[in-house]
Amino acid sequence: MRIELKKRDSLSSLFSILSPFIALGLTLIAGVILFLFLGKDPVKALYSFFIEPLTEVWSLHELAIKAAPLILIAVGLSVCYRSNNWNIGAEGQFIIGALVGSVLPVVFHGWESPLVLPLMLIFAMIGGAAYAAIPAFLKARLNTNEILTSLMLVYVAQLLLDWTVRGPWRNPEGFNFPETRNFGDYAVLPRIIETGKAHWGFGFALIAALVLWFVMRRTLKGFEITVLGQSARAGRFAGFSDKKMVYFAFLLSGALAGLAGISEVSGAIGQLRPVISPGYGFTAIIVAFLGRLNPLGIVAAGLILALTYLGGEAAQISIGITDKVTRLFQGLLLFFVLGCDTLIHYRIRLVLGTAHKGSAA
Amino acid sequence: MKKTFFLLAAATALAGIAVPASAQGMDKVKACFIYVGPVGDFGWSYQHDQGRQYVVEQLGDKIETAYLESVPEGADAERAIERFARSGCNIIFTTSFGYMDQTNKVAKDFPDVKFEHATGYKREHPNVATYDSRFYEGRYVLGQIAAKMSKVGTAGYIGSFPIPEVIQGINSFMLGAQSIDPDFKVKVIWSNTWFDPGKEADAAKALLDQGADILTQHTDSTAPMQVAAERGALAFGQASNMYNFGKETQLTAIVDEWGPYYLERISAVLDGTWEQSATWGGMADGHVVMADYTNMPDDVKAMAEETEASITSGEFHPFTGPITKQDGSEWLAEGEVADDGALSGMNFYVKGIDDQLQQ
Repeated sequence: MRIELKKRDSLSSLFSILSPFIALGLTLIAGVILFLFLGKDPVKALYSFFIEPLTEVWSLHELAIKAAPLILIAVGLSVCYRSNNWNIGAEGQFIIGALVGSVLPVVFHGWESPLVLPLMLIFAMIGGAAYAAIPAFLKARLNTNEILTSLMLVYVAQLLLDWTVRGPWRNPEGFNFPETRNFGDYAVLPRIIETGKAHWGFGFALIAALVLWFVMRRTLKGFEITVLGQSARAGRFAGFSDKKMVYFAFLLSGALAGLAGISEVSGAIGQLRPVISPGYGFTAIIVAFLGRLNPLGIVAAGLILALTYLGGEAAQISIGITDKVTRLFQGLLLFFVLGCDTLIHYRIRLVLGTAHKGSAA
Repeated sequence: MKKTFFLLAAATALAGIAVPASAQGMDKVKACFIYVGPVGDFGWSYQHDQGRQYVVEQLGDKIETAYLESVPEGADAERAIERFARSGCNIIFTTSFGYMDQTNKVAKDFPDVKFEHATGYKREHPNVATYDSRFYEGRYVLGQIAAKMSKVGTAGYIGSFPIPEVIQGINSFMLGAQSIDPDFKVKVIWSNTWFDPGKEADAAKALLDQGADILTQHTDSTAPMQVAAERGALAFGQASNMYNFGKETQLTAIVDEWGPYYLERISAVLDGTWEQSATWGGMADGHVVMADYTNMPDDVKAMAEETEASITSGEFHPFTGPITKQDGSEWLAEGEVADDGALSGMNFYVKGIDDQLQQ
């Protein structure tokens, strides 16, 4: 006996839209069961997970801070994935962007000018794009598998950052702790509104999402991306170059990841440390797919994922569960989303022995 | 204009002094803790949580506590600290060096909340205190035991980050070992983490492969102890008594007792007498405690107990001259004792350590 997945002949458009909501509903039900088993009040638990972080202004700012890098990276990745380029190395591009963008505030920390911040952002985008150009070049020229090369370059970037903050860029007043000096005032990304902490990284994320949504929907470039992603051969007949598309997709997503990197470092952390990202580049891959590779969907997905992080903390304090439950809960959400998507595209068949092959349809 | 400013400044300064002096007690205190690792690490974070539980036992219904575990240093830490400050905590303990800037940043916005930062040195606002323990006192005893117990005369040392606190430990360990065996060798591996059982285990294996037969660590998991137990080597527990993870392996452990300090500080908030301070407690204060001496002959045990007693009584300080730096220059002359300032900025190895610090 075995289980087979068979592609459905026609997709239900109603269920395609409903799928994320069904998944959310199933997560809530599973959550209730989970919290009952843990002996916690499920209503209180779910409240602190999903509602409490939204009830206070400061918490909304924190939500924006946490969601900004996820959204910014994920919208770039969505262009990559739609064009059938599998950039798994956004984490590395995020780090290199942050590193290159930090040259001015760390090495030339004496230079105080309103030009510093714009230059940092530009440097970071160039850095992230240049780093993404490596797997793009290898793919376009040598036909290398970009999944492997981009992923492996993440580790190179992490070690490079680690070495830099421990060695040449270490804060001379930092008591040997591996971190750079704190950025000066000119190098700090300003807040969106003065009364809250959310910095312009979230603004960049929204702008990037809107622009890319427009490009994908309304422009020839968007059409080109989609066509080449679905069939490179068909795209070539239309006069599109799939090699150029490899560069375009990688450079764009690399630049956005780099921008996310410098925004996080300059807006939220204020210095470089050996670890500047709790895996934003990888979580963003999940965000991209949760958002159906649609830039506006990604904004929603990024906010929801950020909410589970904040909600997890709130739940740790208010009902005293461990952070493991938070991660379990995030896992449940993703499991149900992917499960629902799969069941919309495929149906499950139980095949009883080889003799009955094809009879159970 | 200038005069007004001066008056204002004077008034603010007076107010600043007056606030802690106006001792206003409270009936119930909420104390909150932020841990860098999981409470189940059986090391650093575990011991802080033991301290929290100790205070709960002592103060009963006069205290309410909360904690957040595995909080990454950086932007997440700032959010976690702010969440506590907003959720009605009266005093917040941030228990990792890397929370230093975040603690001070949040403290600025919440002048009525007391902040206690472990192992740091920045107290930028009157509501920030720092505390630490003189772990190096215990390290000296470990060094002596290692020199007695090692068959090959080499110990392996798993470091976390090359910050002064950790370097003090390595130097003190070496000085203790050299007091028994002047040719003793210490090999150091930096794991660049406080808590990562996988990396710590790899470092432990590498050190044993390089010929060390005794391990000591300045990281928080029990993984090195378990590796040593598998390989039949000896090891010292760190932060917590790790005897249960190596019954035939652990010689002793430096146990961090935070409970008494936490009780004192939280009680001070209850009484309204809390004031900014920088505490650096050692064996004499009961903050650094040695676990039972096991798996060693009686004469080694007696020696260890004697050293422990003389450090506790203040008769002996591990950093007493003559001490030579790694590069051969003299640091402390005969009989000279290092002052706390020099220790808290320590950035060099003593002679004989087989490792280079990035300068």
